[in-house]
Amino acid sequence: MTATAVTPETELQRHFEDTIEHDRRIEPRDWMPEAYRKSLVRQIAQHAHSEIIGMQPEGKWLTRAPSLRRKAILLAKVQDEAGHGMYLYSAAETLGADRADLTQLLIDGKQKYSSIFNYPTLTFADVGVIGWLVDGAAIVNQVPLCRSSFGPYARAMVRICKEESFHQRQGYELLAHLMGGTPAQRAMVQDATNRWWWPSLMMFGPPDADSPNTQQSMAWRIKRHTNDELRQRFVDMSVPQAEALGVTLPDPALRWNSEREHHDFGEIDWMEFKRVVSGQGPCNAERIAHRKAAHDDGEWVREAAVAYAAKQAARGAAA
Amino acid sequence: MPTEGVPAGTEPRQRSVWPLYEVFVRGKRGLNHVHVGSLHAADSEMALHHARDLYTRRNEGVSIWVVLATSIAASSPDEKDPFFAPSGDKVYRHPTFYSIPDDVPYI
Repeated sequence: MTATAVTPETELQRHFEDTIEHDRRIEPRDWMPEAYRKSLVRQIAQHAHSEIIGMQPEGKWLTRAPSLRRKAILLAKVQDEAGHGMYLYSAAETLGADRADLTQLLIDGKQKYSSIFNYPTLTFADVGVIGWLVDGAAIVNQVPLCRSSFGPYARAMVRICKEESFHQRQGYELLAHLMGGTPAQRAMVQDATNRWWWPSLMMFGPPDADSPNTQQSMAWRIKRHTNDELRQRFVDMSVPQAEALGVTLPDPALRWNSEREHHDFGEIDWMEFKRVVSGQGPCNAERIAHRKAAHDDGEWVREAAVAYAAKQAARGAAA
Repeated sequence: MPTEGVPAGTEPRQRSVWPLYEVFVRGKRGLNHVHVGSLHAADSEMALHHARDLYTRRNEGVSIWVVLATSIAASSPDEKDPFFAPSGDKVYRHPTFYSIPDDVPYI
């Protein structure tokens, strides 16, 4: 006999809302509205996919890293991204989602990942700028999610945020090193900054007026700040970092507004954002094709491991 | 010649499924193992290796347990679950239930 078998739905709903109202966590076996579960699966899966696809832009530079030190660092970072994807798939599975299904949905283009990973990494300075700006934006997005109302997601985010800090710092250090080099190296950093700045601002999603799910997600506390709030926070954090580095952020409208006590910044090209999200970015097709190839190439390994485990189990039973 | 489990012709192949394992890590000597998450693996040996790579990349553990998720029996986590009611009204199980004169030492 369980309480849930006899409790009317209205009371379950009230208990759910009360738990969130008191900033307590919802755990996997708790009753939850179907829309909350669906919304979370979508959010967590999209986040997991982003980590997995996010291995590709930097992974390309593993074999071309300029030193053993940089190669070891980059390898550890890309391995972390894989790990973050796994923590998140694990969290999604506590909601009843199946990891293999989610991978299939990604490959079939039925679930999305962050549009930032559809841009190419043209030089090694891109590795540094991804750490500084892309991971920096990810941190701003993710730190509030450590207080997500869904326990397993919040706990995964705590782990992830701890590791992201290394990602951002290694990137910034890489750039500082290049800025201390030749004029050509400094130009590389500026060029990479020019290309990644606007896409990084787009990582926070559409403007609040254009983000229909925000209100419900904030009520459920699976989102704690609006897109525009987080974007502003990121701009304010990045300006002094760019100054210390000696690069110029590619926005002539960027300036301190002493009245607002925030930086004003230029209009984001939302048409580009929509193009990239809808699959027309420079690398969308390549990213998915690569993910599919890796998955297909791994099929015989997954099969062989199952066969080996079955054989070992049979031997153990016979002995 | 064995034919069982061998895909026939053009029929869609079954997806090979690795079962789900729950992972528990002892952070350091003197602490309990704590649940950290889950992963998929073909068998428990592979689960241990994956758990090491996934959950202890930065020396977060000195010992790992992996358990098939299907082997875990769990109570409902709902705080209001009557399952936990028996301990709710037994305040006499706590030392603060008893009043002892102030001048009695060491108790």
